Amino acid sequence: MPMYDSGKIITGLVIFVIIITFPIWYNVGGAEHLPNPEKPVGKKQCVRDTQYMRTTHMQLLSEWRDEVVRDGNRQDQIVDGIKYEKSLQNGCMNCHTSKKKFCDECHIYAAVKPYCWDCHVQPKEMN
Amino acid sequence: MDVKRRKFLKIAGISAIAGISAPTAFSSLLKGEAGASSEGGNAKAAEKSAGHGEKKRTGKQLGLVVNTRIFKEVDGLAEKCTKACHTVHNVPDFGNPKDEIKWLWKEPYEHAFPEHSNHMRSEGLNTLPILVLCNHCENPPCVRACPTKATFKNASNGIVMMDYHRCIGCRFCMAACPYGARSFNWRNPRELDANGNYKFFPNGIDAKFPTRTRGVVEKCNFCAKRLKEGKQPACVEASDSIRGRGLIFGNVNDPHSEISRVLSENFTIQRKPSAGTLPSVFYII
Repeated sequence: MPMYDSGKIITGLVIFVIIITFPIWYNVGGAEHLPNPEKPVGKKQCVRDTQYMRTTHMQLLSEWRDEVVRDGNRQDQIVDGIKYEKSLQNGCMNCHTSKKKFCDECHIYAAVKPYCWDCHVQPKEMN
Repeated sequence: MDVKRRKFLKIAGISAIAGISAPTAFSSLLKGEAGASSEGGNAKAAEKSAGHGEKKRTGKQLGLVVNTRIFKEVDGLAEKCTKACHTVHNVPDFGNPKDEIKWLWKEPYEHAFPEHSNHMRSEGLNTLPILVLCNHCENPPCVRACPTKATFKNASNGIVMMDYHRCIGCRFCMAACPYGARSFNWRNPRELDANGNYKFFPNGIDAKFPTRTRGVVEKCNFCAKRLKEGKQPACVEASDSIRGRGLIFGNVNDPHSEISRVLSENFTIQRKPSAGTLPSVFYII
């Protein structure tokens, strides 16, 4: 079967494919840097293991909030003899002293915008 | 079988009525409603309704006694307490009464105690500085009004708490509170000025306590966080003067606590007792 206007069609197809794949080749080589949250110096561990904290820290914070505010259970967390206050502002941020270098690293990468810091006070940035 | 249709229908009808009414009859009997609804009632029902007399007090209920005599004698003590409270809790100063946020503040006598007679009242009462705050009622109307349970009564110590995460800013609690103890954040308290400083926190923010955000209601929390640290509330600490403590804090249900002693030795009044909220803040006038 003869193909009419094959020149136009093929050119059109080529242009279409180029446009549709634009995001792929535009970003080639320029991959976004992977998040690298800064770990506290001199600290070996957190209140839970790293994998748990990576995936579930938001639930843990929620549970702590409910225990502290609603049940009035402000008992400190003791992990391997180290005391941690059940608090974002007065617990977590004692070790993770920089919101910018710790929280924001992943949150910006994953495009999540938790509203913790609308009320809670972040530690003063050193720079 | 020679059962007549008429007889069959009678038996079927009676069993149907019995089957439907049996569970309700049983459950009401089990709950003891039958006794209560019967004429005269019984002792148990009378106790339950608690129409007269004090209920038996159980559990912990934190409360505060405000000794207005000491506040009258020591100049500026009330302001000192307010300042201590508002500093540790990051209460913003918006600088105008329309947006004002207050946890602990001074009211004139006739505003604090509108139900008390003004007839032939002592002149001295007009200048009496009366500190008012959330009454941490035993029967808090704000808690009933809150549609999200953002405000609730903490069963372990009787504090009426706020969970700012849950507050949707509907202000029902403000309408429900007979004491005006709740303030709404009409503006963002963390607003910055041209130099990047906080506009409404001239002395900066206490990094140990959060601020609030626009659109939530806030009020006194009896320093729930400080209590855990074994400290007294900030206002109580600040009320120490050469004349003694203007504020006495403690568990009013504990007969051996200092506050119970003060309450038993002094004549105290409460704000708007007729509202039936059973406030936990008491005043020595």
